[in-house]
Amino acid sequence: MSEEQIKSLEKQFEARIARDEKIEPKDWMPEKYRKTHIRQISQHAHSEIVGMLPEGNWITRAPSLRRKVALLAKVQDEAGHGLYLYSACETLGISREELYEQLHTGKAKYSSIFNYPTVTWADMGAIGWLVDGAAIINQVPLCSTSYGPYARAMIRVCKEESFHQRQGFEIMLKLANGSPEQKDMAQDALNRWWWPSLMMLGPTDAESVHTEQSMKWKLKRKSNDDLRQQFIDQTVPQAELLGLTIPDEDLKWNEEKGCYDFGEIDWDEFWQVVKGHGPCNKKRMQDRVGAWEGGAWVRDAAMAYADKQQDKKEKQAV
Amino acid sequence: MKKNWPLWEVFVRSKNGLEHRHFGSLHAADEQMALENARDVYTRRSEGVSIWVVESKHITASNPENNGELFEPAHDKVYRHPTFYDLPDEVKHM
Amino acid sequence: MKENLYKYILGIADNSLILGQQLGALTGHGPSLETDIACTNISLDLFGQVRSYYQYAAKIKGEGATEDSIAFLRTERKYLNVLLVEQPDTDFAYTIGRQFLFDVYHFLFLNELQKSHDVTLSAIAKKSIKEVSYHQRFSSDWVKRLGDGTEESKLRMQNAISDLWTYTDELFHQTEADKAMVEEQIAVDVTTLKDKYYETVNAILTEATLEIPESKWFQKGGKKGIHTEYLGYILSDMQYMQRAYPNMEW
Repeated sequence: MSEEQIKSLEKQFEARIARDEKIEPKDWMPEKYRKTHIRQISQHAHSEIVGMLPEGNWITRAPSLRRKVALLAKVQDEAGHGLYLYSACETLGISREELYEQLHTGKAKYSSIFNYPTVTWADMGAIGWLVDGAAIINQVPLCSTSYGPYARAMIRVCKEESFHQRQGFEIMLKLANGSPEQKDMAQDALNRWWWPSLMMLGPTDAESVHTEQSMKWKLKRKSNDDLRQQFIDQTVPQAELLGLTIPDEDLKWNEEKGCYDFGEIDWDEFWQVVKGHGPCNKKRMQDRVGAWEGGAWVRDAAMAYADKQQDKKEKQAV
Repeated sequence: MKKNWPLWEVFVRSKNGLEHRHFGSLHAADEQMALENARDVYTRRSEGVSIWVVESKHITASNPENNGELFEPAHDKVYRHPTFYDLPDEVKHM
Repeated sequence: MKENLYKYILGIADNSLILGQQLGALTGHGPSLETDIACTNISLDLFGQVRSYYQYAAKIKGEGATEDSIAFLRTERKYLNVLLVEQPDTDFAYTIGRQFLFDVYHFLFLNELQKSHDVTLSAIAKKSIKEVSYHQRFSSDWVKRLGDGTEESKLRMQNAISDLWTYTDELFHQTEADKAMVEEQIAVDVTTLKDKYYETVNAILTEATLEIPESKWFQKGGKKGIHTEYLGYILSDMQYMQRAYPNMEW
């Protein structure tokens, strides 16, 4: 194809997206569109399956049977969401194994928040309430993103996600209304998860490299800073309802702007964690790589068995 | 080279009377596993009463490049649609 | 309180509790996302059964007992699960082997429990048997895949079956409480399930090209609350919150 032809195709392509048409796997797409989508969708998928680990950490220790089944179902949903997203990504011509390889070698990123440890039961509440809360804000707009398989996966994810935040908030509510020890546990979890949750919505707009192109492709509908503001404005009243204090002395309502002002985010910490220096980066990767490599013999066995069965069938047919 | 579990497409009938609809895909070593995985992955919330799985490589798809010749010729065959025919208002339902 | 009935219910429910707990611990660490989701489903089924049994047991016990006090606040010697379900996840073959050897029993057991003269137990059995029928299909399929897969998987599956075999006979033992309940036509006479059990197990093992272990020496004790060393660790994890923060709501 000549450069001119490609230019013309690109123009038509952008026009389709501008008209809110969906792009489907076999449609022509610019190479950059494909690459950007592989990066974003896989990063999203990786976040789901790495995100299983900090919560999975508490399945065996959940304090009641009711909490245990809810947590199990939630962590299982995350596996499901990872699976939907990997499948969406595979329609772009990359295999799940290749995507894992990128995760395991550190080439692909995942949400940094999962590099923080879950040290008490209250962290299950804080993660559901804050981390899933922030995730939903990020994800809902993606239900109408331009790439069909991604949009469809996100619709399914968002539908299932709604119970996650409620189960988190319910845990917090019980703790906040419980014994002094329980209340302390809840406050401590909020103290530890608040700032990482704000960071989770991404670097400030000034620092964000992909935003403009992503907006055009509807991979992003609002800027990071806008999403962050939305998250804060929605979460502060919830904290008040719980009777917990958000660990930010500068947090106060700005009558003029009609939203909350908040303190400085420690971006140095954010970038350090992204670069691999968070408290649990190594442990998370060890667990993922361990599960994948440790399971290789199982996957191989299933394949070998399937081949043998196929052979048998063919022989019988002869 | 080691072979990876192939990709399967999953179709689910949400209730009797409805058609099977494409729900998504997954990996499985064989058809039995594909069915079981589909049940576990896609019907956790009672989404279905029947499942089809088919290995993705067995699906033949039309190419969007041919959309012009495949689908556009139907656009001007308006006489296939009931609204093409003028009837007096007195004929209420036809 | 109906002491025998209470004990009988615990004997059933504790199996599902410990097995569910063990499977739950694997979430996120399985060989593929798909198998992970499947194992969690089995764990959730088992916990669902556990809750029905314990809620019933709590009613019988009275004295403010709840499903959680029964699940979390007993000491090691009071858990009545069979030794099989507390065996560790040495590798995926052990997970599957343990599941398979239990599922075959569990299905036969629930099939009979449906006929119990105790309506609650019979109702729980009717609901659970559909779940367990699927568990058995899942674990049997995997025994075949691993047994007749690669050389390595065959070896691993064989090791698991051979090691776990010694815990199978206990499934068919009866405690005094069991016997009393059989008298009242509430309990299943598990001794009658034994032949069918080994017949089913052996058929699958043969299909999986595995050797049927010859060992005639069997371990027992779980049903009397004398466990292997593994149970203590499982309980320490499971009971941690309830022990560290007593008398609180979660």
